[in-house]
Amino acid sequence: MGSKTKTGAPGGMSDRTADVILVVFSLLIAILIAYPLYYVLIASVSNPYDVYAGKTFLLPSGFTLDGYKAVFADANLVTGFLNSVKYTVIGTIFSVLMIYLTAYPLSVKNLPGRTFFSILFIITMYFGGGLIPTYLVVKQTGLINNMWALFLPGGVAVGNMIIVRNYFENSIPKEMIEAAKIDGATHWQTFSRVVVPLSKPIMAVMVVYSMVAYWNDWFTALIYLPGMEKAPLPLVLRNVLIKSSVSAAQASTISGGYAELNKLTEMIKFSSIIVAALPMLIIYPFVQKYFEQGMMAGAVKG
Amino acid sequence: MNKAASAAGENKRSLSSRISDNWQLYLMLLIPLVLTLVYKYIPMAGIQIAFRDYKASKGIFGSPWVGLKWFQRFFSSPNCIRMIKNTFLLSLYSLLWSFPVPIILALALNQLRFKKLKTTVQTIMYAPHFISIMIVCGMLRIFLSPSGGLINLLLGTSIDFLSESSAFRTIYIASGIWQDAGWGVIIYMATLAGVDSSLYEAAKIDGATMFQRIWNIDVPALVPMIVLNLIMSAGGLMNIGFEKVWLLQTDLNKATSDVIAVYVYQQGIENAKYSYATAVGLFSTIVNIILLVIVNRLARKISDDVSFV
Repeated sequence: MGSKTKTGAPGGMSDRTADVILVVFSLLIAILIAYPLYYVLIASVSNPYDVYAGKTFLLPSGFTLDGYKAVFADANLVTGFLNSVKYTVIGTIFSVLMIYLTAYPLSVKNLPGRTFFSILFIITMYFGGGLIPTYLVVKQTGLINNMWALFLPGGVAVGNMIIVRNYFENSIPKEMIEAAKIDGATHWQTFSRVVVPLSKPIMAVMVVYSMVAYWNDWFTALIYLPGMEKAPLPLVLRNVLIKSSVSAAQASTISGGYAELNKLTEMIKFSSIIVAALPMLIIYPFVQKYFEQGMMAGAVKG
Repeated sequence: MNKAASAAGENKRSLSSRISDNWQLYLMLLIPLVLTLVYKYIPMAGIQIAFRDYKASKGIFGSPWVGLKWFQRFFSSPNCIRMIKNTFLLSLYSLLWSFPVPIILALALNQLRFKKLKTTVQTIMYAPHFISIMIVCGMLRIFLSPSGGLINLLLGTSIDFLSESSAFRTIYIASGIWQDAGWGVIIYMATLAGVDSSLYEAAKIDGATMFQRIWNIDVPALVPMIVLNLIMSAGGLMNIGFEKVWLLQTDLNKATSDVIAVYVYQQGIENAKYSYATAVGLFSTIVNIILLVIVNRLARKISDDVSFV
């Protein structure tokens, strides 16, 4: 990494040309990836007729926040939003707790049965019962239409658990754990007072991974939570984005004919995408620097 | 705890004191273990309903055996060949187009000397990974709309892309690359970060151009990770995700969008044909395992050949 300083080495000229090509290339990639999101953002605050007419490629036109007002006036969307917040908070706490409770014992080298338990968990990464058998077990355990169906059947996120276990093994100084043991700390005390505080970087990554997974998940809810009143935001948005239907509540917020209704439908599409996508897009850059470390820790030793 | 003790193996009875020393660790493992056994291992055993006629009153392990009835029904269903073909082709094309992209991006970004620009581009590249498939499909539906959709506005046309079965695979794959290629870069960048920097210095002194350095230093460094990723992806060739196809499917693009995963959902969850849907799901799992074995052998052969070059 330290080698990438400018030197007067031979071939410097062609390196400079290559630099230009690289900069242009990466900017192009960045624009290609960011533009669709940017377009949705400006369209969400623009007059839908202008969006229709192709007047909002670069800047908003006919600025309005009516789309956002309509989103927050819709009881279904608000309920969905609040459900998603609830599921994300509980799911993240549950998921990170399960990862930690599994990763720590499996990182203790002389634990009898360690290999057996590790294999037991790792097998579930590669083999599963599939959609229907899992559904039947969830049903049998009485979780249909119960919020816990979103969390319990997932059990332990084994891939992430391995990343955390490797972190415990490789990045927490052994002397710290030894010192705690000499001081007479129990396993639980070592875990809660030494290992957990020293593993904050990897915990941040796990929290973000879990948050993103729960915030964006709708398939689990589609299957296990059939009632609309428990649906998370993405599932509620299916009606708006995929089926293009407008609820009576939304329609009542406007006075006007079919054209007005159509206009509102289009506006809600853009603004609800922003409402659903923005929270995670704001959060992830803060822990970005840990992703690479976390990935590497997981990749080095499976 | 008793379970854990016996699991440790009979020949370690002398370690019983060590087991009781560690009771707190076993207690920590208790809930994760119970959940894994109930929701992962019992469903695995539940796959046998593919060979039974599942009745809710008799349960998974008590319903009558019917042999290969459900498999025969699947193979004689009118759209069977179409679904297998669509599933396989969608995954295969997806793999062929998507797989090289993160590698190329990583090789390019790794050579980028302006650190701020590099980090910024990476941040932007990760963004789509954090968006729900529901949102991505919603965006696709908006962009591809025949009236006022971004793509048609840019092209000056009014094509209803989602009604064209010939466009479905392109839409699926291109949006997949948009969403995941940036994220896929991480693992390759991490691998490249481990390359010994003295190699670059030596290459520079020898007068190697940037492209020569990429080809002779970076690419070989990535080969093991590429092979590993390839094996993993190939094992999922019949694993086309349900979510995106389901959300992008219309009555008019079914000629290419009709895939096994959507069929399993419709038959199993919507129509409650549990045994039949399980059999169809099991079929694609078996094909997956066969593909995994084949690709694993091929990949090993290729990587052996590469290391001799």
